[in-house]
Amino acid sequence: MKYGVNEHGYYGDFGGAYIPEMLYPNVEELRQKYISIINDPDFKAEFDDLLKNYVGRPSPLYHAKRYSEKYGANIFFKREDLNHTGSHKINNAIGQILLAKRLGKKRIIAETGAGQHGVATATVCALMGIECVVYMGEIDMARQAPNVSRMKMLGATVRPASSGSKTLKDATNEALRDWIGNPVDTHYIIGSVVGPYPYPDMVARFQSIISEETKKQLVEHTGKQLPEYVLACVGGGSNAMGMFYHFLDDEDVKLVAVEAAGKGVDSGESAATTFLGQEGVLHGSRTILMQTPDGQVVEPYSISAGLDYPGIGPQHAHLYKINRAQYVSVTDDEAMKAGLLCSQMEGIIPAIESSHALAQLEKMTFKPDDNVVICLSGRGDKDLDTYIKYFGY
Amino acid sequence: MNNEPLTMNSSNRLNQLFATKKDNLLSIYYTAGYPALNTAVDIAEALEKAGADFLEIGFPYSDPVADGPTIQHSSEQALENGMTLNLLFEELEQLRKRVTIPILLMGYFNPILQYGIERFCKKAAELGVDGVIVPDLPMYEYEALYANYFIDNNLSNIFLVTPQTSNDRIRKIDELSNSFIYLLSSSSITGGSLQMTNNIEDYYKRIKGMELKNPTIIGFGISDNNTFKQACAYANGAIVGSKFVKLLAEDGYMEKIPAFIKGIRP
Repeated sequence: MKYGVNEHGYYGDFGGAYIPEMLYPNVEELRQKYISIINDPDFKAEFDDLLKNYVGRPSPLYHAKRYSEKYGANIFFKREDLNHTGSHKINNAIGQILLAKRLGKKRIIAETGAGQHGVATATVCALMGIECVVYMGEIDMARQAPNVSRMKMLGATVRPASSGSKTLKDATNEALRDWIGNPVDTHYIIGSVVGPYPYPDMVARFQSIISEETKKQLVEHTGKQLPEYVLACVGGGSNAMGMFYHFLDDEDVKLVAVEAAGKGVDSGESAATTFLGQEGVLHGSRTILMQTPDGQVVEPYSISAGLDYPGIGPQHAHLYKINRAQYVSVTDDEAMKAGLLCSQMEGIIPAIESSHALAQLEKMTFKPDDNVVICLSGRGDKDLDTYIKYFGY
Repeated sequence: MNNEPLTMNSSNRLNQLFATKKDNLLSIYYTAGYPALNTAVDIAEALEKAGADFLEIGFPYSDPVADGPTIQHSSEQALENGMTLNLLFEELEQLRKRVTIPILLMGYFNPILQYGIERFCKKAAELGVDGVIVPDLPMYEYEALYANYFIDNNLSNIFLVTPQTSNDRIRKIDELSNSFIYLLSSSSITGGSLQMTNNIEDYYKRIKGMELKNPTIIGFGISDNNTFKQACAYANGAIVGSKFVKLLAEDGYMEKIPAFIKGIRP
C-alpha cells in the first residue's frame, strides 16, 4: 500500500517506536508476530465469525434520504453505531483479544477516555474469560460515570489515573507504566491508531473492515465502488483510519478528517491537533501533537471526551502532511447542533464524536450526483446527559 | 543511516572516572527545577562534596511514562516552577565553575526534539555535560537518525538494559555504548523497591558473565546501603533516584545531603 507503514514502522516522517527499553520486548514480540497471526486462516475465521455473530456485522450503509435532500447529494451513513457496545471500538478489541490469546497472554490492560474503548475491551475480556484492567482519568470517570459502571458490571477493574491532567493521555501513561511492570503475561489493547509501531498499523487493519464493507455496500446502492467524499471524525483517529483505509489508494476519493475545535481553534480550549500542534513524540510515536514550545504536552479540550486527545495517529499526521486527506475542525456548538439535526431528521442520536463529522456537511458544497459516506462511529446513548444539559430538554 | 564508526575519543569525564575507579561507584539522580528553580548546581556541588561519583540531572516532561509517583511528582512540580530546557541550560552556565564530577542529563525525547537535537547536543557539551540518558529514544532511532549529533559533541548516550533484554541486544547495546550501560534491577518504573530474588541474581550473573566492554551501573530500586551493596556485587556501581528526590522535599535538605550519601555508601 502506497500510504502504508514501512518496515521500521514509519509513515513518511511519522511513526516509529519511541519507547523505553522496558517496553521493547513486549512491542518487539508484537512486531514480529502480528502480521502472521492476523493472516492465519484460523485467526481470520474466528475474527470474521465474531464480527458477524457477536458484533452484528456487516454494519449497514444507510442512505439518509432527508439528509440527501437537505445537502443536495447522496449522503450515506456507515452505521458503526449499531455495533454491539455501540461504536466501532469493538472491531479492534475483538481483533486484539484474539491476538492476545494466540500470544498466550493471561491479562489485558487498556486505557479509555470516553469509556467506549474501555467498555469494548471489558466486553471481549468477559467473552474470553481473561482478566481486564482499564485505566481511566479521574476526571473522565466522573464525566462518563455510566461507562464506568458498565465496565465494572462486565467484570473489569477500573483504575483511576490521577497523575498529570487526569484524562485520556494520563490513562495511557498509566497503562504503559502497568505494562512496564508486567512485561510477560500482559497484553495492552490500545484503543486507537496511536502508540508505538506496530499498534497504529495493527489497529488500522482491524478497523479497515469499515471501508472494506463500505466499498461492497456502495456498489449495491449506487452501482459504483467509489464515493466522491468520505468523512470521519478524528481524536486519535481509529474510526477515520478504518473508514479511509481501503480508499487511500483511490486518489479520486476525497478524504475529510474532522477534528474537534472545542470552543474555537484559537480559544485556548480546543483539540484541533493539526491546527494547533507541531511535530513531536507522544505515547511512543512521532506524530503531530499539541505542545508548548518547550515540548510539554498540552491538555486539549472538546465537549466530546472521545476526541479530547492531544495527538493524532502517525498515519494521520502523514496523510495530513502530504495532503492525501483534508483535516478540518468543527466546534462544540456546531457538533451539538448537528447531533440534534440528525436525531430529528433521521431518527438517529449520534455520539457527539460522530456529530462532528456530520457538522462538516454544513460547510461543504456538493454536486447532485456526488456520493458522500460519513462514518457514524458511535451512538449517542452515552452522551444523553451532555445533550440534555446543552439543549435543556 | 550513519556510516561512520560509532566511536568517540575518551577524553570525557565519564571515561576518566571509569578508567580510575572500578567498584562501588555511586550516582545520584534528581530533577532540575525541584524543589525550586536555581537549585540544580547547588545540589550538584553538595553531592560532589558529599562523595557522589557522578550525577544525573533530570529535565522534566509532562508525560514521564517510565517514572513512578516520586519522580512524576518532582517533574510536575518542576514544570509548575517554570523549568524548561532553556532555563536549565542557563542554570548550568555555573556548572563547570563549581562541579568537577561527570554530569549526565536525563529526560524524555520530546523536549529535546523541540529544542532541536543538534542544538541540544552542542549546548550540553558546551556547558560541560558528559552524557545523556533518554529513556524513550530507542536504539534503532538513535543509530539510524541521531547518533552523529551525540558523537560529534563527545556526549555519551546511555542505554538501558532490563532482565527481559536478550543477550544479542545487550551485545549490540555494548557496541553502541561508550561509557557505561544502565542496568535496570527489574522491569519497572522508577521508585520501586528492590527485592533480591533468584531471578534477579541470575540476571545479574548473566550480564556479568557476558564480559561486556562497558562498565555496568545498576539503577531502579536502590534506596539504602543494603540494596547498594547488593547491586555493587554484580556491577561497577549503582544509581539512587527516587529516594534522593524524596529527601529534596524535606526542609533543610542541603544540610542533609552528606548524611544521605553516607547512609547509602558509608
